[in-house]
Amino acid sequence: MILSAKNLTVAFGEMRAVDEAAFTVERGESFGLVGESGSGKSTVLRVLAGLIEDWSGSIAFDGKALGRTRDRAFYSRVQMVFQDPYGSLHPRQTIDSALAEPLAIHKMDRHEQRIEKALEEVGLGSGFRFRYPHQLSGGQRQRVAIARALIVEPEMLLLDEPTSALDVSIQAEVLNLLDALRKAHNLTFVMVSHNLAVVAHMCRRLAVMNRGRIVEEMDRDALRRGEAKDPYTRRLMAASRGYDRKLAESFKTLD
Amino acid sequence: MEKPLVVIEDLHVSFRTQTRVVDAVRGVSLVMGKEKIGIVGESGSGKSVTGRALLGLTPPNGRVEAKRLEFDGQDLRGLDAEGWRHLRGRRMAMVMQDPKFSLNPVMTVGRQIAEAYGTHFKAGRAEARDKALAALEAVQIRDPSRVFDLYPHEVSGGMGQRAMIAMMLVAEPDLLIADEPTSALDVTVQMQVLAILDDLVARRGMGLIFVSHDLDLVAAFCDRVLVMYGGRVVETLKASELSAARHPYTRGLLDCVPRLERAQAKLNVLERDPSWLEGA
Repeated sequence: MILSAKNLTVAFGEMRAVDEAAFTVERGESFGLVGESGSGKSTVLRVLAGLIEDWSGSIAFDGKALGRTRDRAFYSRVQMVFQDPYGSLHPRQTIDSALAEPLAIHKMDRHEQRIEKALEEVGLGSGFRFRYPHQLSGGQRQRVAIARALIVEPEMLLLDEPTSALDVSIQAEVLNLLDALRKAHNLTFVMVSHNLAVVAHMCRRLAVMNRGRIVEEMDRDALRRGEAKDPYTRRLMAASRGYDRKLAESFKTLD
Repeated sequence: MEKPLVVIEDLHVSFRTQTRVVDAVRGVSLVMGKEKIGIVGESGSGKSVTGRALLGLTPPNGRVEAKRLEFDGQDLRGLDAEGWRHLRGRRMAMVMQDPKFSLNPVMTVGRQIAEAYGTHFKAGRAEARDKALAALEAVQIRDPSRVFDLYPHEVSGGMGQRAMIAMMLVAEPDLLIADEPTSALDVTVQMQVLAILDDLVARRGMGLIFVSHDLDLVAAFCDRVLVMYGGRVVETLKASELSAARHPYTRGLLDCVPRLERAQAKLNVLERDPSWLEGA
């Protein structure tokens, strides 16, 4: 077990964004958190990444309890990929300097070789090294973001909707890339998405969140067999199948 | 066939940038009545540009050319600002993707809708308010008088988008162009918003052009689907016959989506063929 969370609670004022969430993630596994906006899925990920300091409960990473803040050693083992590749790359930084930065932070050697290798691994090639983000497509930028996360050779990636800003054809390429990289480097993934089918494709196990709570945890085969028990999960599954006039009727208004 | 609502023949839209001319739309044709038409494609396929050209919303650096571009028998080519004012909002309206950016943040939801009504009809404040309340009710907002007085930041995404639809429908247009109207919404909310749109279109006998990147969604919702790639329509399908799509791009697009009912070791990827950019 590489990661476990117990009683994880995040309150923003009166509102409990995450309410007593508990889950474990095995080493080398891909674990998914699914839910709609406001479900608390991204908040969980941001707590793990150390981007939210005000939480209660306990989180253990590789057997050690995590505190409010994370040290550099943590970030050399855990990296994050954000949703929007347009927002996560500095527009005035070349790809080369975006990739050199984590190397400098973590005092790693052989920058030249590592940058070339990282670009090669995400299928971009060294031709992209001295370009700026605006010269890249959305899919290419997300590949750069993945390369930047992987360049410090982490054990775990936190993926926050890594493909939801991309066209479906590009999404397929990026998901295939992530899957291949996970196998090649024995990485552990914690992936957040609103898309049930994407999570089922990427993750062996997943937890469904609604209003801050984990309402159901299951493995993807059970999900595919339609064994979800929680009414919210079932509703999410039904809605994921596409527009259906009759089904829409069955949803109560959400005002 | 009844008199067509929209006739587009050989539409070309190009944009002049500092360094080159980009041909965003290259020869799109469409004849539609009071039906639901889906325009599907990936980013850069020209689907939104097509919708906007029909509303005369092409930016100044863009150039629109067509053999025919007609709305309800009226030629839209070379229409002046005055002419557009009579059509836009009143007879054809547009719902955009994100209500956060299309609602005025410093005006209550209700006042915006009432203002939209007052722009097109001679109406007193009380009448405009009544119309706005009725419009909010039509999009299934349960407590219209409460929502009327809310500011956009006080409503959820789903409610904001319903308010946008209410605003567009208050003038009872004949054609609604919806550009990714539900892409920013959660799936369950998306379904409800679509159902509302579906009912309104059917009840009022409007034409609808639904622009989206989501092929499955559009096929479940519309009567006919135009699939665009590189500024051209590569395939036109009856929505019910999506599974019989013939063009390799349409098939590839359907094939690369991960599906709950299908376990795959690896997702299929779309192999693009340069010939798709040429003749259809």
